[in-house]
Amino acid sequence: MSDKVNLDRRQFLGTASAAIAGFAIAPGLFLYDFANARPTGGAASAGVRWGMLIDSTLCQSSCNDCVSACNKEHDLPAAKSPTDVQWIRKVELKQISTGRQISLPMMCLHCAEPPCVDVCPTQASFKRADGIVLVDKHRCIGCRYCMMACPYKARSFVHEAVLSHDGEMPRGQGTVESCTLCDHRVDRGEQPACVEACAKAGHSAMLFGDLNNPDSEIYRRVRSVASTQLRADLGLNPNISFVGL
Amino acid sequence: MAQIFSQTETRRFYWIVALGLLLALTGMSAAHFMEGHGHVVTGMNNQIVWGIPHVFAIFMIIAASGVLNIAAIGSVFGKAVYKPRAPLAGMLSIALLAGGLFVLMLDLGRPDRVIVAATHFNATSVFAWNLPLYSGLFTLVAIYMWVLLEQRMHGWIKPIGLVVFTWRIMLTTGTGLIFAFLVARQAYGSALLPPLFIVMSFGWGLAVFHVVQSTMYYWNNKIQDPIILRRLKNLMGVFIIATLFLVAVYHLTNLYFAKQAAFEHFILLDGGIYPELFWAGYVVLGSLLPLLLIFHPRLGKIRCVVSASMLVILGAFSLLYVLIIGGQAFPLAIFPGYAVNSSFADGQISNYSPSLPEILLGLGGLAIAFLLTSIGVRVLNSLLPNDSITQPKQSTH
Repeated sequence: MSDKVNLDRRQFLGTASAAIAGFAIAPGLFLYDFANARPTGGAASAGVRWGMLIDSTLCQSSCNDCVSACNKEHDLPAAKSPTDVQWIRKVELKQISTGRQISLPMMCLHCAEPPCVDVCPTQASFKRADGIVLVDKHRCIGCRYCMMACPYKARSFVHEAVLSHDGEMPRGQGTVESCTLCDHRVDRGEQPACVEACAKAGHSAMLFGDLNNPDSEIYRRVRSVASTQLRADLGLNPNISFVGL
Repeated sequence: MAQIFSQTETRRFYWIVALGLLLALTGMSAAHFMEGHGHVVTGMNNQIVWGIPHVFAIFMIIAASGVLNIAAIGSVFGKAVYKPRAPLAGMLSIALLAGGLFVLMLDLGRPDRVIVAATHFNATSVFAWNLPLYSGLFTLVAIYMWVLLEQRMHGWIKPIGLVVFTWRIMLTTGTGLIFAFLVARQAYGSALLPPLFIVMSFGWGLAVFHVVQSTMYYWNNKIQDPIILRRLKNLMGVFIIATLFLVAVYHLTNLYFAKQAAFEHFILLDGGIYPELFWAGYVVLGSLLPLLLIFHPRLGKIRCVVSASMLVILGAFSLLYVLIIGGQAFPLAIFPGYAVNSSFADGQISNYSPSLPEILLGLGGLAIAFLLTSIGVRVLNSLLPNDSITQPKQSTH
């Protein structure tokens, strides 16, 4: 009699364990299926190389529309202190030998050989097949080695809690972030927000497109006007270059 | 137990442990505060991204490797008088490495994700290379200590000692490479940095060893052999000179390159706190004064050597502060030939003043090292050998 009871209990425990395990694992399996619906990186094509040509002769010192558009698109707070994030900034230059003044926007230049990707210990910094350099916000441990390695000061560290956020790119305290080249817009076939704002302001100083596509405007422009890659001596081959420097 | 430790020693031990625990817990609370509020409560910002915690951490990691020299001289190079000191050197190495990593990890923006560093390894990242180097050193030094303390295993001391010695050179090379591989900044990106870090580790490791050994001998009422101390202080003097030499070569090569002249001017002359720390902290107090204390014919006694060692440690902190924080404070040369201005401090010298939480975190790391060493010395009584005092010979100076 007592054996039978024990057997029942064993069966009950076995069934219950299987049911609990099933409940625990099943959602994970479903998530796994969803995650595999479109493989990561599937949207980016290695045949494409997104880039930008910034014409500093067209950029106006008084205009800050690219910065405002970026902040709006990504729901970033306007920068007030050295701990605030800045994905794009306006830089005012004065040539020391001639006094010539230049204004231009500066952001992540999406290097073909990005040092931030090389140094990142966790592979959180990565380059998409189409050349866009991003940070996997779920994998970044906040060591800031990429910020030490970037020659363009393109990256910011989130120093405070992000209390509300309405942008496409996840954000969070203690991680590093930078310009995403508005990959969410680009994947929809649109222009980055800064480029759109620049054109809307009537300057059209920022030309965005596929550097590999012979039919694109940027393809023709980089072959017809003298452009400069910043710190070309470092051999990082950035996808964003400048005219008028 | 009562036969080994007197009641006063036992009471003192518990006070030491209590003090160490208090400081370590303060460091942990500071880290918790930083994690809760974000790095906005530190002095770090988007220009100076590595601050005082990195000075503490890198000092401890460099010293953790350097302190193993004592063990290497005994085990690898066969100097018998140093052999009894190898276990203490091993214990100190583990303690300092633990302290350094404690600070480094708790300063991360997301310390809760530290496991990601172990599960997603980037083969091109020096940081990632350093992780197996750190855990390897822990393991190897633990095996080395076992071999040293276990009579049956003494045949293995030399080969294991050699492996530990090779590993620690690789580890310090890795620490130097963290900076040497940074092409972006004027202060770094130099092949001189890994050898400089190795030479620094020799001197700083010995300095830490002197201070700890003297303190532990004093607390445990034991007497050191002055002959051994004399030999070690001469060695430390040689390493201080070697470090000065490499630091001078580093700055001279920079000064020779016109593009680096402005940076050198900043670090050595008009950069405020940085030249002050470099000349007063590192050169005068951290190098020249210790050399005087060590080599002056009328000085060089135990008290002088311990004072010299403490000054070397002060100099080490000064030099690291200049290298790590001064190196970031100077603006990046993104637009050579242009005067630059922006909302993101382009073209400007960046300001940094360490805040209390980050200083407490750094001190917490030192407390961890202190705590582990104190407990190690207490538990493994043979870490402090009873020196058979040899009479100093007239000619050996």
